Amino acid sequence: MGRNVLLIEDEPNIIEAIRFILSRDGWSVMTHSDGRNAYQAVCQRKPDLVILDVMLPGRSGFDILQDIRADEALAGVPVLMLTAKGQSKDRDMAGLLGASKFMTKPFSNAEVLAAVRELAGS
Amino acid sequence: MISFDVLVAVCLAYVVLLFIVAFIAERRAGKGQIGWLRSPLIYTLSLSVYCTAWTFYGAVGYAARSGLEFVTIYLGPTLMLVGWWWALRKLVRIGKTQRITSIADLISSRYGKSNLLGVLVTLMAVIGTTPYIALQLQSVTLSFSVFSTANSRGWDLPDQNATALWVAAGLALFTVLFGTRNLDANERHHGVVTAIALEAVVKLVALLTVGIFVVWGVAGGIGEMAERIAASPIAETAFRPGRWVGLMAISAMAIIALPRMFQVLVVENADEHHLATASWAFPLYLFLMSLFVVPIAVIGLSTQPAGSNPDFFVLSVPLSHGREGIAMLSFLGGFSSATSMVIVAAIALSTMVSNHIVMPLWLSWQSKGAASVSGDVRNLVLRSRRFSIAGVLALGYFYFRITGGSEALAKIGLISFTGVAQVMPALLGGIFWRGATRRGAAVGLVLGFVVWAYTLFLPSFGPDAIMSAALLSEGPFGIGWLRPEALFGVGGMDPLVHAMFWSLSLNAFAFFALSLTGFPSPLERLQGAQFVNVFEHSAAARGWTQGAAEAEDLLVMSQRILGPDEAQQLFHQAAEKQGKKSFLPDTTPDFLAHLERELSGSVGGATAHAMIGQIVGRSSVSVEDLMAVADETAQMLEYSNQLEAKSEELSRTARQLREANDKLTELSIQKDTFLSQVSHELRTPMTSIRAFSEILMEGGSEMSPEELTRYSGIIHEEAIRLTRLLDDLLDLSVMENGQVTINAQDGNLRSLLDRAVAATGSLDGRGRIRILRDKMHEDVALYTDTDRLSQVFINLITNAQKYCDASVPELRIRARRSGGMVAIDFIDNGSGIPEKSQAVIFEKFARLSDRNSAGSAGLGLAICREIMARLGGDISYLPGQGGAAFRVTLPVAEAAKAAE
Repeated sequence: MGRNVLLIEDEPNIIEAIRFILSRDGWSVMTHSDGRNAYQAVCQRKPDLVILDVMLPGRSGFDILQDIRADEALAGVPVLMLTAKGQSKDRDMAGLLGASKFMTKPFSNAEVLAAVRELAGS
Repeated sequence: MISFDVLVAVCLAYVVLLFIVAFIAERRAGKGQIGWLRSPLIYTLSLSVYCTAWTFYGAVGYAARSGLEFVTIYLGPTLMLVGWWWALRKLVRIGKTQRITSIADLISSRYGKSNLLGVLVTLMAVIGTTPYIALQLQSVTLSFSVFSTANSRGWDLPDQNATALWVAAGLALFTVLFGTRNLDANERHHGVVTAIALEAVVKLVALLTVGIFVVWGVAGGIGEMAERIAASPIAETAFRPGRWVGLMAISAMAIIALPRMFQVLVVENADEHHLATASWAFPLYLFLMSLFVVPIAVIGLSTQPAGSNPDFFVLSVPLSHGREGIAMLSFLGGFSSATSMVIVAAIALSTMVSNHIVMPLWLSWQSKGAASVSGDVRNLVLRSRRFSIAGVLALGYFYFRITGGSEALAKIGLISFTGVAQVMPALLGGIFWRGATRRGAAVGLVLGFVVWAYTLFLPSFGPDAIMSAALLSEGPFGIGWLRPEALFGVGGMDPLVHAMFWSLSLNAFAFFALSLTGFPSPLERLQGAQFVNVFEHSAAARGWTQGAAEAEDLLVMSQRILGPDEAQQLFHQAAEKQGKKSFLPDTTPDFLAHLERELSGSVGGATAHAMIGQIVGRSSVSVEDLMAVADETAQMLEYSNQLEAKSEELSRTARQLREANDKLTELSIQKDTFLSQVSHELRTPMTSIRAFSEILMEGGSEMSPEELTRYSGIIHEEAIRLTRLLDDLLDLSVMENGQVTINAQDGNLRSLLDRAVAATGSLDGRGRIRILRDKMHEDVALYTDTDRLSQVFINLITNAQKYCDASVPELRIRARRSGGMVAIDFIDNGSGIPEKSQAVIFEKFARLSDRNSAGSAGLGLAICREIMARLGGDISYLPGQGGAAFRVTLPVAEAAKAAE
């Protein structure tokens, strides 16, 4: 299992924080900020794991997740969903669309790391 | 050889017989042994007053002149009785429930107990019937003369006028004796009716005898008779369809509208079921009456000398064949026809005259309340009826004297029919149509009657008698289209059909037109409902309200009309019914209505209403009564309108509720969205703060000072962002709740803009923007909350700094006064806001999040909008300026101060 993570997120400070945490643990972190072409970025970069924000400019994270799950080539890629809204209906929606894990902001660094390790290991 | 004395003796003997019959009938009725006196047979025979001397003698004459046309006079009533049986039944039922005493009373009661209508109908009936009575006198007188001329040795007929006078006087006496014995129309005239039934039998037997004699005695059998008929001029008479239809219609109406027919058909009717028998038995009677008319006419024409009056073939044919017995019987038949008609007509007319003319006049002569204190009303009523009878016969006699008995008998009969038929629109409309009004009825009656008089009655006296020959041929003042016998230029019609057509059409048209355009009064509506729906409401309508102490006065009055015994019994029964021991009942509306009905049987509806009104002093239509007429069409319409309005109101309320519900749902969604957005805006900076603070906690010691500075800087920046967000939220919340206080003070636009630009300049950490201003126009005095206004300016300048995407960003600020307002535009040179987003930018969290937007929660413009609304101004997006453009408007100092 490789250690390439694609982080799709628009808040610069959050990008920096996650990149720092994962890099320190030995992950190679790629980032993407625009919702509209996020799916293409996934196809192109073929990460081992995707961390996906729900509220993205241009396109919703759920739509992107749907595209990923519809693509057979990407079917096995684990997706960790992040959201700042934290309502239960969002969690249900993510589960329905095939997210591997769902986390609500703010999170502790240890939690993110554990989730990434768990998803990459499975 | 029958001498004049014998004739007179036979007449007298016959009259004595009638007296005896009438007397016995009255006696039996008085003892309560009514039995056969009120059987369907007697009822049917009494209807034969329709067959007067005109029918008895005149039908033969008619046949001799015009062939079969006389049949129409019998066909009309036949059709009416068979085909309109249901209408007659309704009329009879109304007559019973409303205690109707005459046709005038019916019309008057129907149209709100209007005495005006009563008087009108009474006058019309008198005018229409007087010639008819004259006709009967004439026929009796002439029948005497037939005997005198047929006699070879001859005896001189005594003075015709004297004969007529004696006949008239005798009839008046008989009518007074048996027609005015007591007052209540519902229990009187047994004697008269029985005598008339006897006369009906005599008429029929006489005519059948002459007929049989003519067919078998003169012609020699049915075959020979048929040959003689075929050979006679009668067979060649032309068939005139217009006249046939007209005559049938007019005689069908006459059976209801003639006062004497109404009297026997409705007033004297004892039992509604008798009508069922009469509906076939009376046509049968008419059929038998008409059976031998043509044979008698044919034989008369062929055996009698030319120039002899065909009206008296019934007498002259047997006489010329020496059959004096048959002639005598025939004479008695004609005598019966004449007398029965005169007696019933006189009773009917005297009731009308007394109830609708004499009594109201008497009442108006009395002072208020006099009905209870002045002389005996009962005697007055009886006396007025007796005088009326004498008056009616006197009128008939004078008419006979004046016209000299010259016209053909049938002619005056049809003229009379047409005259009385004028009540038909008002009568039929009254019993079938709720919308009929008094005004319509009155105008229709008068118009119809005037047209009848003008086109038929007056011309019937012949040229230069009443109307000049010039008027008849040229029209009044030479106006051709007003010629009496060719109205509106419609010439060529038979005068009778012409008059009938115009009088009834104009009458009916006026009746309907005025009824449709007017609206009936409450009493009319009440009575209308009672008449039209007589089978649904069997109780009469009440028109009185509860009174206090008049019961005694009412009793005094009633005693005078009904007689002491009957009145006391009536009051006592009413009191018992109310559970009272005394003789005086409470004057409840029910009791008053009952009393009025009883009295109206004696003095007519209008008079009874007026008399009670004098004592009780109030007549009202109660809510209950109105409810009783609630099924009236107009009322229904009102209800349905109300219902419609209610249902409209309900659906309006439902719509409002739905709208309110939609709004609440929308608000709830907005609230969810808002909370979700607030949650997002708070959690995002929290995430960065938490992540970096953990990083610093875990490995702060291994980090380079640059890293430390950078990470703690991020934490600081995000904390400020959080604080600003919370500030904005609180600000907006306070403003939306209207809790914000505006601290208005004097200020100058230019200095406020200076302050705002300075504030943003120092605040700006990222790309600078060039601000272009027009300071000359900015010199505007303001009276407003300057801090809040600065907040708006700063927000707009900051937005331009953040979002203007031009390579050399510029912001132009310009001010312009217009009226009491000043408009300040903020226009940058970026790509502007897409049209679809322009509508939402002032909404909360409406950040057009295409770009990285850290540091903004999307509340700025929402706050600006709230502030400007509080300051009495506005902020809006200004499209078409080449970049993002916002216009702020607010009142200048003078206007703002004036508004306070």
